[in-house]
Amino acid sequence: MLAFILRRLAQAVVVLLTVSLIAFSLFRFVGDPVNQMVGQDTTVEQRAEIRRQLGLDDPIPVQFVRFVWNAAKFDFGTSYQNKQKVSKLIGERFPATMELALVSALFALFAGIPMGVYSGLRPHSWLSKLFQTVSLIGISLPTFLIGILLIFIFPVTLGVLKSFGRQGVVDLGWWTTGFLTVQGWSSLVLPAITLGLFQMTLIMRLVRSEMMEVLRTDYIKFARARGLTNRAVNFGHALKNTLIPVITITGLQIGSIIAFAIITETVFQWPGMGLMFLQAVQNVDIPIMSAYLLLVATLFVLINLIVDLLYVAVDPRIRIAGRAS
Amino acid sequence: MKLKLALFAGALALALGAASANAQTLRYAFQGNLNTLDPYGINETTTLALQGNVYEGLTKRDRDLKIIPGLAERWEILDNGLTWRFHLRRGVKFHNGEDLTSEDVVFSANRVRADTSDLRSRIDAGIQVVAVDPYTVDFKLKSPNPILHYEWDTWYIMSKKWAEANNAVAPSAPAATTPGYAVLNANGTGPFRITQHQIGVRTLFVKNPAWWGKVEHNLQEVIFTPITSAPTRVAALLSGEVDVIDPVPLQDIPRINASPNARVMEAPELRTIFMQLDQRRDELTGSSVKGKNPFKDVRVRRAFYQAIDIEAIRRQVMRGAAAPTPLLISPLLFERAGEFQRPAVDLAGANRLLDEAGYPRGADNTRFEVTLDCPNDRYVNDGAICQAVVAMLARIGVKINLQAVPRAQFFAKVLASGGYNTSFYLLGWTPGSFDSWNVLQNLVRCRDDTGSGGAGATNLGGYCNPRVDALTDQILVEADIAKRTALIAEAYRIITDEVSHIPLHQQTLAWGVAKNVELAQRADNQFLFHWVTKR
Repeated sequence: MLAFILRRLAQAVVVLLTVSLIAFSLFRFVGDPVNQMVGQDTTVEQRAEIRRQLGLDDPIPVQFVRFVWNAAKFDFGTSYQNKQKVSKLIGERFPATMELALVSALFALFAGIPMGVYSGLRPHSWLSKLFQTVSLIGISLPTFLIGILLIFIFPVTLGVLKSFGRQGVVDLGWWTTGFLTVQGWSSLVLPAITLGLFQMTLIMRLVRSEMMEVLRTDYIKFARARGLTNRAVNFGHALKNTLIPVITITGLQIGSIIAFAIITETVFQWPGMGLMFLQAVQNVDIPIMSAYLLLVATLFVLINLIVDLLYVAVDPRIRIAGRAS
Repeated sequence: MKLKLALFAGALALALGAASANAQTLRYAFQGNLNTLDPYGINETTTLALQGNVYEGLTKRDRDLKIIPGLAERWEILDNGLTWRFHLRRGVKFHNGEDLTSEDVVFSANRVRADTSDLRSRIDAGIQVVAVDPYTVDFKLKSPNPILHYEWDTWYIMSKKWAEANNAVAPSAPAATTPGYAVLNANGTGPFRITQHQIGVRTLFVKNPAWWGKVEHNLQEVIFTPITSAPTRVAALLSGEVDVIDPVPLQDIPRINASPNARVMEAPELRTIFMQLDQRRDELTGSSVKGKNPFKDVRVRRAFYQAIDIEAIRRQVMRGAAAPTPLLISPLLFERAGEFQRPAVDLAGANRLLDEAGYPRGADNTRFEVTLDCPNDRYVNDGAICQAVVAMLARIGVKINLQAVPRAQFFAKVLASGGYNTSFYLLGWTPGSFDSWNVLQNLVRCRDDTGSGGAGATNLGGYCNPRVDALTDQILVEADIAKRTALIAEAYRIITDEVSHIPLHQQTLAWGVAKNVELAQRADNQFLFHWVTKR
């Protein structure tokens, strides 16, 4: 077991190094950061001097090794654009992204499961067909379009909810939260739905097909034969068995929710890490870009590691296979 | 539990309180961030404009960009133009309560010329700045300069004591690794103070009750929020969540004007959009012509100019929101601009010129190919303008390979850092000094590739004419305004005849403004809160 974990950890380090190496090679093609940092009157000499001071003239391998060395010490440098420590900036933006991701994940679960259960139990009712249509929209429309559509319907046409920003934020010292105010919720609802819609669709379709599958099995028939109520059969037996793959998928999707919040955060000007990353790309703010990519890679590696470890804990055959190889 | 309830109640009270204070709260959304509060951190219009609500210069510009007294009550020119004496306004206080004195002006003059400042062009390094008494400052020049104070509207005066106390004597260097105090904190003399500043999220400006000037606004506070996504910005205005947005995408102008609660304010901007052909290299980059550079021939340049149908661009691409121009400077900034005219669109003439120059149509009906470099996120509809130009030049047998890329990549390629790697490009320019010398010096003067002193640094096409350079030098020191204007006109005449550049148009400022807000829209795209009234 210990060997397995160590090997996985070693693999994780390789993955992180690879991610940062690829990111670093790509930064060369994003553009020249210095032009975004100075005005048009700045002379060529002055620009060259800034490049030198930032270490942008060094060969890419040198820059990469320097980055990895600093990152190992949890030093992600200083943003080119606003001269703030990247770790501090990410720390400030982290709560916004996490709250958005949490609420949209909960929305996806609490809307997706009942819709899936219902349309699994009554596949031919008109409501099920409506759910199917909604889920088609959720899968086929791009996120930014859904966001713009929601903005157009709610704040612009109906005059309710907020179209941008994270308002009504309360600072607890170690965390900022929008959960405590009406304003906070009214600016959280639309981005959370936008971000969660795809996941909700996924969960709904998964639950629906699993339900239909399970309802055909023998133990459901036996349960009915034993005279159990519909409620007990549907929820006590069928749903319980449906939920195992749902939990797996949800766990794996949390990483994507955080990583893919970029588009939603941009549409709603949600001050999270994704928005900061996108602005960093536009301004060629390399320290922010590299730190963010590393963070997201770490997140995915961690989630996968936990999932793998859980499998090992659950299924001894994997452990044996691991030892044999 | 109790704590939670208390927090909730408190937050609720805050939320309700904020809602009732709306009457005098202006909410302003811009597409970009306010990355630094240090007034010498970056020479960029919006940053300086936002700082200009907090900081002030010795001189200011009014709504029509005319220079008026600011922190200096009056000034005089002595010693045949070699000394400029400024008399400071008395009783001006910084936001922290200190008095403004000539020491602060001398300090600011040194700070703005420090190595780490991005506004070094505001005052020449050779100028000596001396405090004569607590309210008088002399600027001693090596040679006369009639436009010494043209850029001082955005040279803001900082407090010496405050900077020294907070370890902010020098501006934060671009490569600085520790945040400078002045990046996040401001202490000016202006009509507003900044009380909260979270970069990229929100900045809160609060009225300064102790301001020396006549208050023309009726605001208590201004909330500045960046909103990057254009549709969201428009939606925020339409839903009444913000009062002013900048910019409005051209296609959304009719929709905002049709809405019950907002309108679009349009006016020509000072910025001139132009194109230029590489006249320096012996062989173009990205062209099918080998062994020679067709753009060295003025007939080819003229043919390009005549083939571009600027009226079609104005109408179709810019939806009417552009003012075609024959010059590299806005007509608002040059009194004799009316004497210049664009050549009429003349395809037959352009074809003839290219034939004469020795570039006949080949078997596929094209004369030659060339690459056009274009940003697609820097100026209004920049990528679309270039696409239109591609189609127009195809009519005279020139095949254009369009490279429209984000600005970060565009500038990396075409500027000095990329080795001026372009044969044909589109760019926009606003002279920081609102004066022709800046245009001639940066865009027209023979380029010094080493970049010394910035001469011709943005003359990416490498146009070079010693006569124009000599005129440029004369314009810098000529104190007689009429003579100076004649020199400028002569320079513009030469470069127009030689087609050094192909000027396109002045793009239009488009601000979305709520109907209950009145404000002044300055042609330099600076939005200043002290001209805002909100009903």
